[in-house]
Amino acid sequence: MRLLNCKEATSLASQRLDRRLGLGERILLRLHLAVCDGCSRVARQFAFLRKAVRQLGKEER
Amino acid sequence: MKNFRAEVEGQRDYLLRYAALQLRDRAAAEDAVQETLVAALAGEKSFGGLSNLRTWLTGILKHKIIDAIRKGGRETHIESDEHLEALFDAAGHWKSFPAEWDNPDRSLEQKQFFAALEMCLEGLPEKTARAFLMREHMGLEADEICKELDVTPTHYWVLLYRARMALRKCLEMNWFSK
Repeated sequence: MRLLNCKEATSLASQRLDRRLGLGERILLRLHLAVCDGCSRVARQFAFLRKAVRQLGKEER
Repeated sequence: MKNFRAEVEGQRDYLLRYAALQLRDRAAAEDAVQETLVAALAGEKSFGGLSNLRTWLTGILKHKIIDAIRKGGRETHIESDEHLEALFDAAGHWKSFPAEWDNPDRSLEQKQFFAALEMCLEGLPEKTARAFLMREHMGLEADEICKELDVTPTHYWVLLYRARMALRKCLEMNWFSK
């Protein structure tokens, strides 16, 4: 089993918000995020984007 | 409800902004909102005060937006991936390491942040923005979006990935680094 590179890891972190990942994918992603600060940040930022876009248009103007 | 018409009219600006964000076409957005208001006034009985008026109107508007997207035809060209390619080296590792964002939740209380977010959304290629907003703003399910945009699930994941990567980069440059 080959480990993920950062491009693959961030792609899976994105897909995680749109579908249920397979077991193998979840393990590989978790292994990568555990050792990669950059991709962990990006994964958190994806979740933040979702939260922000949901509020868009609802904020006081 | 006596003032139903006035209350519905009062939601026009909100609805217009919602539709314009998704359709990127002022005239198409105004049409969708107009149809929504007409349908809402005709359907006052089905509202019956059971839910929040804005939520109910937004529900109608979503259908009108999807109709407008269908009418507008489907783009078939694949948008370029070069921005994404530029972020990683040949081995798929970061060329420039992503920065930590300073307390992003605090940004959600600032209206300038939402202006920056909208500007970044406008910078996305059309189909990418459309897929992303159908998912994250309208809250549609992935399979529904694939059907409406006539794309495969794999293409859909690429569109969403591309949108998220471009938006995070844009916000990093235009908001979080300031």
